[in-house]
Amino acid sequence: MKKRIMYIVFTCMLLTVSGCGYNTMQKNEEAVKAAWGDIEATYQRRNDLIPNLVEVVKTYAKHERETLTAVTEARAKVGAIQMSKNMLDDPKTFTQFQQAQSAMSSALSRLMVVVERYPDLKANQNFQDLQNQLEGTENRINVARTRYNKAVETFNTSIRVFPNSLTNSLLLHLKLKEPFKAEAGAEKAPKVKF
Amino acid sequence: MRNKPAFLIFIILPFVFFSLLAHALDIPKLQGYVNDYANMISPSVKAELENELRAFEQTDSTQIVILTVPSLEGEVIEDFSIKVAEAWKIGQKGKDNGVILTVAKQERKLRIEVGRGLEGKLTDLMAGRITDLVIKPRFKRGDLNEGFIAGVHALIDATRGEFKIDEKRRPPEGDIFSILFPVIPFLIFAAIIALRSRIRRGGPWSSGGYGGIGSGFGGGGFSSGGDFGGGSGGGFGGGGASGDW
Repeated sequence: MKKRIMYIVFTCMLLTVSGCGYNTMQKNEEAVKAAWGDIEATYQRRNDLIPNLVEVVKTYAKHERETLTAVTEARAKVGAIQMSKNMLDDPKTFTQFQQAQSAMSSALSRLMVVVERYPDLKANQNFQDLQNQLEGTENRINVARTRYNKAVETFNTSIRVFPNSLTNSLLLHLKLKEPFKAEAGAEKAPKVKF
Repeated sequence: MRNKPAFLIFIILPFVFFSLLAHALDIPKLQGYVNDYANMISPSVKAELENELRAFEQTDSTQIVILTVPSLEGEVIEDFSIKVAEAWKIGQKGKDNGVILTVAKQERKLRIEVGRGLEGKLTDLMAGRITDLVIKPRFKRGDLNEGFIAGVHALIDATRGEFKIDEKRRPPEGDIFSILFPVIPFLIFAAIIALRSRIRRGGPWSSGGYGGIGSGFGGGGFSSGGDFGGGSGGGFGGGGASGDW
């Protein structure tokens, strides 16, 4: 009799482990973290390009001090935010991060508008190379953000649907993750055009 | 009889879902190395490029694929290109060594989408130079064939030596296993039944309902396009460059 109860308990345990979504949720959270790694890397890439870009623009467009300062300041602000995986569970720092990055984007696009007035600069090979790299990076950021949002969507759904939500509230205590919101007026791919 | 409608819904729903899915994704089918949907490349050049790209894959395992579309229908080329890359999975899994050259005829736009594994050699900058200095000038002159040939040569030169072909190509065991995994209980069940009926009747294997299971996996490749093996799971991260002419 005792053996039989043990059997039943064991089967129940097996069923709950595979059927309660414990592993699925863990897996999905790891996917979100991996996608976040790409976000960090691509934004970092952009940040690394900026000093060179500012240098090149400076030599040709000395009078655009204001725009250049705006870019440098935006970069400093981005640098001041500690990027970490904990940020994913903290909507406040996440919003800060997003704001700083979008300020960076708009400072950069203003710079690119200014550049239009300097044909010499636009013809400069060094500048053209940077332009290629910057365009590439903006596209990577876009791809990374789309993928991150997809991963977050999967994760958020997986912790909210029924058996999983129970497991989560009892065992895992995972929080909903924040997706990136589209920036105002950026329905299209963020594009650095010249 | 009360649960009949519910039962019907369960049968119909997957079909509805898949047809919606098929409609939403407007990704052209992968036919071979050169997928010239906009008819921009002459047949002889197309054959030549196919041969060259096949030879390159045989030595370097790197896959370079061309896609031309008549129009982007309002989509941004970067978005379209990454969707194609995600669907086609050009390049080997783990190496991520695929390149897709996408050209939109009507919009006069092109993009080189670079797999993650090739980003070291074919950087955004390099891809940008190939579009700006190699392909665009020829396209501008109206020399489309020349543009494709020179572009492919530049891409091959840029990526040569980054990867080598494996000694022998292993079949993707893990993948097949994971596909088969959910079916295993049924297979065992079917085997038991078959065995029992065989024992009872003493006759040969009756090739009944479960004979078709195995055939569903073998034919999953790309039938047309010679010995083109199709994409093998290459990953893309948005690297590359775009341009217009």
